[in-house]
Amino acid sequence: MALMTPARRAPGRAVDPSARQPGRRVTARRGRDRVVPYLFVLAPIVLLVTFTYVPVANMFFYSVTDWDGLDRVKNFVGLANYVDVFTEPDNLRVFVVSLYYLGASFVQMALALYFATILSFRVRLKNLWKGILFFPYLINGVAIGLIFLNFIRPGGGLDSALLAVGLESVIRQWTGDPEVINYTLAAVSVWRYMGLNFVMFLGAIASVPGEIYEAAELDGANRWHQFRHLILPAIKPIVGLSFILAISGSLSVFEVPYIMTNGGNGSETFVIRTIKMAFENNKVGLASAMAVVLLAIVLVVTWIQRRLVPEERVDLT
Amino acid sequence: MLLTRTTRTAVVVAATAAMLGLAACGGGSAGEGGESGAQDMDPETCGPAGDLTVLTWRTDLVEDGTFDDYVATFKEAYPEIGDVDIQGITDYEGEVKTRMSTDDYGDVLAIPGSVAPDQLSQFFEPLGELSEMQTQYRWVEPESFEGLSYGIPVVGNVMGAVYNVEVFESAGVTDFATTPEEFLSDLEAVKAAHPDIAPLYTNYKDGWPLTAWQSYAGGVSGDPEYTNGMTTDEAPWSGGGDMEVIDGLLYDVVAQGLTEADPTTTNWEQSKQMLATGQIGVMMLGSWAIPQMQDAAEAAGETRDIIGYMPFPAQVDGTFHAVAGGDYNLAINVHSSNKCAARAWIDWFNHESGFSESQIGLSPLVDGPVPESLQAFIDQVELVEMAPAPEGQESLFSDIDTESGILTTSPDYRMKIVDDARSGARTKQQVFDDLNAAWSEAIQAVSGG
Repeated sequence: MALMTPARRAPGRAVDPSARQPGRRVTARRGRDRVVPYLFVLAPIVLLVTFTYVPVANMFFYSVTDWDGLDRVKNFVGLANYVDVFTEPDNLRVFVVSLYYLGASFVQMALALYFATILSFRVRLKNLWKGILFFPYLINGVAIGLIFLNFIRPGGGLDSALLAVGLESVIRQWTGDPEVINYTLAAVSVWRYMGLNFVMFLGAIASVPGEIYEAAELDGANRWHQFRHLILPAIKPIVGLSFILAISGSLSVFEVPYIMTNGGNGSETFVIRTIKMAFENNKVGLASAMAVVLLAIVLVVTWIQRRLVPEERVDLT
Repeated sequence: MLLTRTTRTAVVVAATAAMLGLAACGGGSAGEGGESGAQDMDPETCGPAGDLTVLTWRTDLVEDGTFDDYVATFKEAYPEIGDVDIQGITDYEGEVKTRMSTDDYGDVLAIPGSVAPDQLSQFFEPLGELSEMQTQYRWVEPESFEGLSYGIPVVGNVMGAVYNVEVFESAGVTDFATTPEEFLSDLEAVKAAHPDIAPLYTNYKDGWPLTAWQSYAGGVSGDPEYTNGMTTDEAPWSGGGDMEVIDGLLYDVVAQGLTEADPTTTNWEQSKQMLATGQIGVMMLGSWAIPQMQDAAEAAGETRDIIGYMPFPAQVDGTFHAVAGGDYNLAINVHSSNKCAARAWIDWFNHESGFSESQIGLSPLVDGPVPESLQAFIDQVELVEMAPAPEGQESLFSDIDTESGILTTSPDYRMKIVDDARSGARTKQQVFDDLNAAWSEAIQAVSGG
């Protein structure tokens, strides 16, 4: 060995190559290791860029043009579309409609919280109730629209039920009456999304350790006290998150009113109007501006929420 | 264009760039349409051969095999033709519009309504000089620009209203109403005789049936220049003009409770059967609706004769007028590689297929036949063919229309009138005032800018 070593040594090399050899192999493998993850990441990134970022960039571009969705020439019009979004009375009306859904989402959260709390205590057939409450969320939005369309049409299921219990004075045209229509549609929305809130609350409540309840009971706390001082503080971040989702959710209501009324009779929401502007009125530029505005509102609301409650970890987005 | 592609490749990951490159291609070919130059398109001399793709909005005729028969007969006439791919598209307007942002939108297709006249040359191959086409075909003007014609209608429709003969007769109404007021009292009589039915059905929920109302414009006054005149009329909804009469009738009929009780729950498919079985008195629809209603009547066990067709309730000097116009116009994709066969299909469809007669419509040919079941109606009315826009102003009406936000061709505009008539949120006069204000503003904006 001692004889051979110098012979293998390359001229001018100060370090014994046999000592470096393993190290070099490691570097090579490290190099490959460094590339491989990127190759894996490349696939989703390519998909994401192609189907999300490029269209969004296009949307920003369209929003400053007068494009009608067809013409090969797009003229730059500056911020005119954005001005229209906030000045045309018809465009402002849709924000008013959103308020109905915002109001409804508070009802929805209260109901969800109520059911989640009850079902976190000892209840018979607990899983059955959970299933029943969560089930509407699993149904396709189009199906829900059609189900309710039949249910609330004049002489439909709701009217018959009200007649059967002698409440015929309450009966009205649930979607035909412009005073009632937005309450009706918001109620359908509550029916559909309450299950999701409910499951989120239930999961959060389950993280409260059982001993605390026992301790509280020993101290003479009743169920209301337990809810007020144990459960609510424990699930505060989730409730906060739900508020945020409610605000952006009430602006982006779409399926239910679109299927049930096609946005007619004063039930037009922001998203329905955006779609109509783009595909019926051939104002793709204006519609893109509306979409950008919606995106901006959601971002701002999220940012405010994070500023207001910075200490709370919200990771359920 | 090539430059754009290479710079992008340098910046973005290879795979993405390939897709972007495609997008750049689609956008890049702007303005240089018709790269294939002048192809010989005379079926007599160019020798139609090869494969052909045809887009159609009549999905019902694709499903029931009618189009298979058309294709078979077409191939008999032109044996060199290969595969004819008929693509029925349910949401024709929406889907075709999207496809038109690429080059791949069939060889033969109907021109979607949203294409403005000055955009025609970007997408479609000129079929000939307008003046020459007019000697052979009717209603080619709307899809023409600067003296060139881009599309030929497959069938002509007249605008009246489909009604249930039995319902009206049993209510003691035997003559066509000659004024909107008389029409309203006829509907009152229908309502009195049949309290449970909807004397007039708006099909509000589906929206598009309401757009038919716009087609009466010009028929009320019998003035072929009516829509052209609207481009300078700052108050079309006044002085007894067509727009005022049409929208006034819609407002009144709804306000007086002569329509369905809850318009938000209407259903188009069901409405056909309801008309046939006497649960609906009348629906304001073009003559294209007649065969569908007759089919529904037959399916419901009634006779086809129960469906009648009446003119819009307005007369000028004792004569009814009905607007006659083309349905969708067939055109050739400017990017088509087989324009010869495409032209052969269009000519064959208009001359040989018998499509217009089977649809109980007027033939697009100048000397074409009038179908039997429409003859009685035609005898009572004077047909009005709307005059084309003067040269250089082909897009003026649609520009003003879009700018005003009214969009006379959209369902929304008339849905709003129905909403107001039901709730009383705006009086009829307020509706007209708002419309006039928006319209005159748009005229100024378009002519000023």
